Amino acid sequence: MWRVEVGFRPGVVDALGNSVKRSILEDLRILVEDVRTIDVYTIKADLARDQVEKIARDLLTDPITQEFSFDGTLARDFSRLIEVGYKPGVTDNVGMTTVEGIEDLLGIELKEGESVHTSRLYLVRGELSKDQAELICTGLLANPIIEHFSIWDETGWAKRRREDASYFMIVKTHKPLVAEVNLDVGDKKLVHISEEGVLSLSLEEMRKIRAYFKDAGVLAERKKVGLGDKPTDVELEMLAQTWSEHCKHKVFNALIEYEEDGKFGLIDSIFKSYIRRATEEIAKEKDWLVSVFVDNAGIISFTGDYNLVFKVETHNHPSALDPYGGALTGIVGVNRDPMGTGLGANLIFNTDVFCFGPPDFPYDKLPPKVLHPKRIFRGVRKGVEHGGNKIGIPTVNGAILFDEAYVYNPLVYCGTGGMMPKKIMGRDSHTKEVHPGDLIVMVGGRIGKDGIHGATFSSTKLEEATSPTAVQIGAPIVQKKMMDALLEARDRGLYNAITDNGAGGLSSSVGEMAQFCGGCMVHLEKAPTKYAGLDPWELWVSESQERMTLAVPPNKIDEFMDICRKWDVEAMVIGEFQPTGKVHVLHKGKTVLYLDMDFVHEGVPQLMLKARWERPSREEPDFEQPTDLSPALKAILSSLNVCSKEWVIRQYDHEVQGGSVVKPLVGKNDDGPSDAAVIRPLLARKEGVVVSNGINPRYGLIDAYWMAASAIDEAVRNAVAVGANPERIAMLDNFCWGNPILSDENPEGDFKLAQLVRAARACYHTAVGLGVPFISGKDSLHNEYRLEGKTISIPPTLLISAMSVIEDSDKAVTMDVKKPGDLVYILGVTHDELGGSHYYMINDCVGSNVPRVDTKTARSLYRTLNEAIQRGLISSCHDCSEGGLAVAAAESAFAGDLGMEIGLREVPATGLEREDKVLFSESNGRFIVTVSPTHQVEFEKLMKGNTFALIGLVLEEKEFRIFDFKGCPIVRAPIEDLKEAWQRPLRW
Amino acid sequence: MKKPRVCVLLAAGINRDYDAVYAFELAGAKAERVHVNELADRGKSLTDHHILMLGGGFSFGDDIASGKVLANKLKYKLRDQIQRFIRDGKLVLGICNGFQVMVKFGLLPGFDGDYEIQRVTLTFNDSGQFEDRWVYLKVNPDSKCIFTRGIDSLLYAPVCHGEGKFVPGGEGVLSRLHDDGQVVVQYVDEKGNPGDYPVNPNGSVDHIAGICDKTGRLFGMMPHPEDFVRRTHHPRWMRESLPEEGAGLAIFRNAVEYVQRELL
Repeated sequence: MWRVEVGFRPGVVDALGNSVKRSILEDLRILVEDVRTIDVYTIKADLARDQVEKIARDLLTDPITQEFSFDGTLARDFSRLIEVGYKPGVTDNVGMTTVEGIEDLLGIELKEGESVHTSRLYLVRGELSKDQAELICTGLLANPIIEHFSIWDETGWAKRRREDASYFMIVKTHKPLVAEVNLDVGDKKLVHISEEGVLSLSLEEMRKIRAYFKDAGVLAERKKVGLGDKPTDVELEMLAQTWSEHCKHKVFNALIEYEEDGKFGLIDSIFKSYIRRATEEIAKEKDWLVSVFVDNAGIISFTGDYNLVFKVETHNHPSALDPYGGALTGIVGVNRDPMGTGLGANLIFNTDVFCFGPPDFPYDKLPPKVLHPKRIFRGVRKGVEHGGNKIGIPTVNGAILFDEAYVYNPLVYCGTGGMMPKKIMGRDSHTKEVHPGDLIVMVGGRIGKDGIHGATFSSTKLEEATSPTAVQIGAPIVQKKMMDALLEARDRGLYNAITDNGAGGLSSSVGEMAQFCGGCMVHLEKAPTKYAGLDPWELWVSESQERMTLAVPPNKIDEFMDICRKWDVEAMVIGEFQPTGKVHVLHKGKTVLYLDMDFVHEGVPQLMLKARWERPSREEPDFEQPTDLSPALKAILSSLNVCSKEWVIRQYDHEVQGGSVVKPLVGKNDDGPSDAAVIRPLLARKEGVVVSNGINPRYGLIDAYWMAASAIDEAVRNAVAVGANPERIAMLDNFCWGNPILSDENPEGDFKLAQLVRAARACYHTAVGLGVPFISGKDSLHNEYRLEGKTISIPPTLLISAMSVIEDSDKAVTMDVKKPGDLVYILGVTHDELGGSHYYMINDCVGSNVPRVDTKTARSLYRTLNEAIQRGLISSCHDCSEGGLAVAAAESAFAGDLGMEIGLREVPATGLEREDKVLFSESNGRFIVTVSPTHQVEFEKLMKGNTFALIGLVLEEKEFRIFDFKGCPIVRAPIEDLKEAWQRPLRW
Repeated sequence: MKKPRVCVLLAAGINRDYDAVYAFELAGAKAERVHVNELADRGKSLTDHHILMLGGGFSFGDDIASGKVLANKLKYKLRDQIQRFIRDGKLVLGICNGFQVMVKFGLLPGFDGDYEIQRVTLTFNDSGQFEDRWVYLKVNPDSKCIFTRGIDSLLYAPVCHGEGKFVPGGEGVLSRLHDDGQVVVQYVDEKGNPGDYPVNPNGSVDHIAGICDKTGRLFGMMPHPEDFVRRTHHPRWMRESLPEEGAGLAIFRNAVEYVQRELL
């Protein structure tokens, strides 16, 4: 074993060390003088001294800025040294790359069991107690779930045995075992079996499984393959994965007894009654829906010869436990959805929405084992950066929300869009086919123990004592080269079907694909593994990342394998699809699983649930309107949900792939908040894709119905604001909720379910009203944290993500005002709708008048506005959302680096007698647009029939002024002050 | 006119390959994406091409150091092909990760015709962060770089990198780069003056954004001209009156015209 240290030469800036120092000072409030870093490569391989020296010199060290040591240490002159590295078995990407680099450099191949482990030394200078050093480790540098760390002083470090074998996985010579589980037991025991095995199966489901294994016909067939009347652990695990809430959406398909205002009704599946029904009705008038709800992602038509694909997922629990790894696997995981849709799409954009606790949450209020919101924020951001940037997918849109409700259970939504030719080698690309005899091929990463039980884990709540085998570190480059290889194979027509290995691993991917042909036979021992000693059930359900499963015809397998070799991508035939009606899995020739396809896929019993809606009793607040509203405007601009997210946005690559048209940051100084992104994925063509989102959990505090309606309207409004065709918008729904199943432990379950019902109902009404269909979606319904015997649940949170088409992206419009003298209009009506608004929030209240959506008026306005944009009449357009017209107008002004004046008397409003309410009402369906005086007549003529009004002027003088009903100034501030208020909070 | 053939090199983690293909094809070349393994042992050869494009991305995840592992791969698997390509008077363009590869291979600055010694480096941005922002570049009129010939106004292009800080291996190296016209582009503000962050987005020594070898045929830069080849790439195209063609295209057209003039 060898150990190489690489550090910066004296005088070279250690950027990482500097940023760690800043975090220690600012976040942990511990005084340190200086932090430097040293990278350590521990090489477990049979190498000679001169070989190691060559590796250190020619591979690991930059000759200009760095120095190395491989028999001593570079670490000196510190008060504490902290070493941090991944625990054995956790993906060490740099270690794996180093192996490849060594092989290239020396022209050798490392042997089985030889590997490289990387760790980092942080040399801290300053008066530091042992406890403080410990806090720096656990609070900042190391995550004990996946990382080892140790703290040294100079004497201890000098004595330390340098090469540490404990860094490496000890492969146990464990003989793979298949256990049988006796289900012929009482109900109590059945529940125990489910809980103990993290199966997340209900008593009724366990009973159904028990009955299956008592069926005489089933038993007779099992006997033929050498199985008895007890399920194997492989079988039980597969059923648990396939029947999990994560995979089967049991709540969304449940039969619900719904009570509202004393009236009862039955709802047979929220999904079918509201979400899918909306799409079915809208589909009658749209010819661009290609594939909805049936595949890993939804598909719509883009141009005559290309389709678009879109999916958004959540990765909440893993991100709570390890923000970096959780978010990284979130993004690379959702990448595989469009890749595994139809014949596979190439990926053209990412979008990310996060909900965190406030970054200034007091450390002393934080329970043990809960990571600080700021740390979660930083980790998640870095994970998304590495996932998106390294794979080369532009991150073009997103949102970040903060609320104390998300301290224990942050939300991390990751979305990916793709594009594919409509026809590939003459075949419709949006379909999957599996022919009898097609080979089952697993491609990409290897299987390990990491990521076991992700599907069932996400179907339970987080607890203080959670032991997260579900945490993984993604390997973006492994996935990138797999994608590249698969796209080449796709275009040569080398496979019939493809799907990803996500939740449930092979059991789910092979099981789903087998439905296209009616059965499969798998030889588990053929699947490549990261190390020996995995049991068959682990091979079958492990969710190890970066893997796809394909159906390859036997006559094309050689060519397919050759492409994989070219790209250095591992692929292995692990079985065959056969129309037997059975999932048949063997391990070394012995049957370990034999289940009827029908039972696996259709056997899960429908849930019966109760929902009871009780309108929360909330009242409108009663406070005097301040005489000067400038401070209120500044306070809203500085609120965390509204303020600039430039610090995050700049760390994402939004240019890669060369399709950028409207960037996330726009305006005179490239720092205004764009409503939506526009990209041109076909570089030589003008058709553009518009990406936007809508989310506002504060409205849900009053009524989840109007929260959902508002989220849809916001996503649509944002898209329309940049020029999307309002008749070509598709949506995804992502519901994140607390557990909506009523039980003794969860007494508010029926209310949470009622909120879900109301939100889904609003989805139906609003989608149909606006003519905007859902094409796919996802729900995550166990967003709770169990603390000291109490359950803390997140507020209902619905993210609506929209993907739409702009036929000519040269016509796109941005939100920044363009020229002094341009006329300022407001489109849409302002109502007394401040319930859940930011204005009420800064006044410490919620209110009750939640914003509603009038879809008929809105749809007409969106069409007309789109016509105005098409005709080139609009200079700038910004949607009114959090903070209302005041925030929208102020943002437009300072993004354009110009002043503005607005008169409130002119604003079309109903039932509003106070200026502050007109200014800050968050009524939906409104925009602030600016129009050049040369277009005034044409614009006003076109807008006839819609509510709109000329309310002000863009000014050369860089001041923002708003006049009250009497014409006196009620807001007056230099735009640079407003901009500073908006930029300051998250300028890290 | 015959079309120059461009080899856009692929390897694990290269991700701006299609951007480069599009830019070169707009400029009149025929660009082919070729995997490094195809050149190493699968029958393809660099001799079929006139321009080698080392594009942007995160080859091998930027693990160990950006560009390092791919540079070593090229050095130990394609050394002869690359040396011959240079001897034949052909062109090499490295952008972002490709520039990092060229520097770490030693292709740049290539003092005294030695293309294997690393004399400069590209390391972590002073900010410690990956950043995506647009920068202005001043082109050195005295440079021999064939890619920037005739560009007499400021270039504008996005940088998208975390390791772009240019550091020369000593004062001697820096002055030699200046003396021999090998400093090609430098970060400046919109008026053409050098400045601190964010004008110089990464803390590069002497604001250096790109260098060439002494012949001017090997050129590397951190910003992405391939992502500014049409008007709507510009971040403020909706505010300013701009030509249809993006300023970055000139770099690719210069390469194409050079090949047509000298090699075809």
